[in-house]
Amino acid sequence: MYDNAWPYPLEYDREEIINADVLVLGGGVAGCMAAIAAARAGQKVLLVEKGATKRSGAGGSGCDHWESAATNPCSKVTPEELTQAMLHDNDGFNNGISHYIECREGYDRLLDIEKMGGKIRDTEDEFVGADFRDDETKLMFAYDYENKFTLRIWGTTFKPAMHKELRRLGVQILDRVMVTSLLTEKGAQGGRCVGATGIHTRTGKFYIFNAKSSIICMSRPARVWLFSAELPGLCEFRPTQCIGDGHAMGWRAGAEFTMMEKSVRAEFSASGRSYPPYGAGNNHNTWYAASIIDSRGKEIPYADRDGNILNDVKDRFRPAKGQKFFMKGGGIDFPKYEIEGPETLSFSKMMEEGYKLPFYADLTTLPEEERRVIWGMMVGQEGKTNVPIYRNYTKEGFDPAKHVLQCYGTGWTSASFLPQERQLFGLPGGFFNDWTLSTNIQGLYVAGDALYASDCYGHAAATGYYAGRHAAKYALSNDLLQWDRQQVDKEKVRVYAPLKNDPHSSIGWKELNMAIAKTMQNYCGEVKYDDLLKVGLVRLKEYEENIIPQTFAYNPHELVRLLEVFDILTVSQIIIEASLARKISVDALYFKRGDAIEDESSKDKLIVIKQHEGEIIKREVSVDFFGDLKENYEKYNQDYIRGDRS
Amino acid sequence: MKEMPAANPIIFDKSKCMGCNRCMEICQVDIFLPNPEKGKPPIVAYPGECWYCGCCVMECPVEGAIELQHPLMNRVHWIEKRLLIEQGNE
Repeated sequence: MYDNAWPYPLEYDREEIINADVLVLGGGVAGCMAAIAAARAGQKVLLVEKGATKRSGAGGSGCDHWESAATNPCSKVTPEELTQAMLHDNDGFNNGISHYIECREGYDRLLDIEKMGGKIRDTEDEFVGADFRDDETKLMFAYDYENKFTLRIWGTTFKPAMHKELRRLGVQILDRVMVTSLLTEKGAQGGRCVGATGIHTRTGKFYIFNAKSSIICMSRPARVWLFSAELPGLCEFRPTQCIGDGHAMGWRAGAEFTMMEKSVRAEFSASGRSYPPYGAGNNHNTWYAASIIDSRGKEIPYADRDGNILNDVKDRFRPAKGQKFFMKGGGIDFPKYEIEGPETLSFSKMMEEGYKLPFYADLTTLPEEERRVIWGMMVGQEGKTNVPIYRNYTKEGFDPAKHVLQCYGTGWTSASFLPQERQLFGLPGGFFNDWTLSTNIQGLYVAGDALYASDCYGHAAATGYYAGRHAAKYALSNDLLQWDRQQVDKEKVRVYAPLKNDPHSSIGWKELNMAIAKTMQNYCGEVKYDDLLKVGLVRLKEYEENIIPQTFAYNPHELVRLLEVFDILTVSQIIIEASLARKISVDALYFKRGDAIEDESSKDKLIVIKQHEGEIIKREVSVDFFGDLKENYEKYNQDYIRGDRS
Repeated sequence: MKEMPAANPIIFDKSKCMGCNRCMEICQVDIFLPNPEKGKPPIVAYPGECWYCGCCVMECPVEGAIELQHPLMNRVHWIEKRLLIEQGNE
């Protein structure tokens, strides 16, 4: 335990006011690209980030592949085809707008990032002649080598390049400040967004940000069901401090959310239950298409979607007979037949046939360039693998041409999880958006993981830039409105209250997070029941009213962790409200009711919820509310298509 | 009274670390605090909060001054394929 005096000056209660045209909340991939777009449109931009922008966010440390760049010169599929496939794969429960933006503009963003200094092609000619490389453009592809729409990238170079570009453009970057609330016109819930408040993570100083338009670029929620007090940093796949602050402050401000009833059984990390993602034997994403062998060295065959055994390694990268393209990657968990790609035979079949556990990932028999691109490049570039996996394993003697790496659990999850250990993963719920990526709150835009049905790096970058453009447009035609003193004062009371309690009789952030996680596992687990959900909501309300006033933090760092847990509590309430609002099971949402009690009229509908003065307001929207993708995109983005800069 | 943490993610080589604090400034979780003694490695004040991304190591200007290691429970097993086959056939 750290027992020295706090090394930073304490500035609790001190205020600093900063004005801007466009305020970007969160400096991850989406936030950086949003700020870059708004600055290029001539706006004065302020970016606020809880960590350090140069490496912060879920993609800060790296990324190995960029999905759905359908407009790259080698792609054989169109943005429309890809987006439709993503919608169909989820029975429509997907964000048609944001994924169309990803498919249509993703490659533009890659070219942008390349100009900033990021590496997107094999400029050193390390893989000349490989099947996955286009020798003319030097672009490298993953998964479907015939259709070439997902690129392998050197993602460890991206975030520092964006950071440099932000500085070149004169964006004001404020690192180490947690955004705590949105400010609205006259302080009214649902009123136009006029800025936000923040608190410095080292000094505790209070910030008031006043802007014409704001963009939420914060993470998806985490640590809702999963918590380990000893190793909170291993609770989820995404960074410790990325827990969905944006969702919580949006809910408090009256923003609309959808699909928040969706959660999946944990896939990654899960309070430390899993072995390191992409650091144990597996054959997915980063490791596609590694061979998998059993403990006698016998290979587990790959098969196409029709069950035909694929004897040639090259067939693992080709669509099946009669299939136009297949999809792999972050948002694809249990693909539908239309896009189902090659896969190793199922675990249960292997058991029936007497294969011996445990299994191992085996790169030794792959063609040399496939082995080198998985171990050398993909594992070298993915978010949490460069140092702890690639460098450390190499130093400890791991040789991919000689060694095989053990699998844990029965697949890419790297462990076996319990049904109530849930995560917001695989296209989870979030802010509801329109074609400008605006929320229902005027002047408030949203991008990246804060959007409903979000996933992946390319989605974050493309929607970030898009939201930045549209927020800049809004800022150009609207005045700066004054923030409300009363609203700010109320927020100051809220954020500083825990400092005033007695540590000997109070509750800390870990204790509260643990209680919330247990509550959610118990009352809002895999199968939902109205009666249990309602009691769960009562428990959370008790925490809000009786426990939050008893919490304590020793210093600004702990205070920020505690404010995060307050946000986790709010997010838990959104999830239970959304679960109560959906009365029937929906497979595409992994939403299972033990007490289906109504008709099926909401089966193909998004349930959109918000709160207003404590009341839950819900409406149903058709899953394809966004209309024709191409037509609507072009309606709202003529200036971008023409190549205008402002 | 001291207590051993559940994991020690960061190990400094005190003979190599110059105490430049670059690891501290890049860590997005902010698990480090500056050492009261100038020129000494930062203090890992919140080891449990580490999410094991490795940015601190990537940022370090001196090779080997800082290392990141997974907790014991997350250290995985690998084996020479030749040995695996030999053992499997025994």
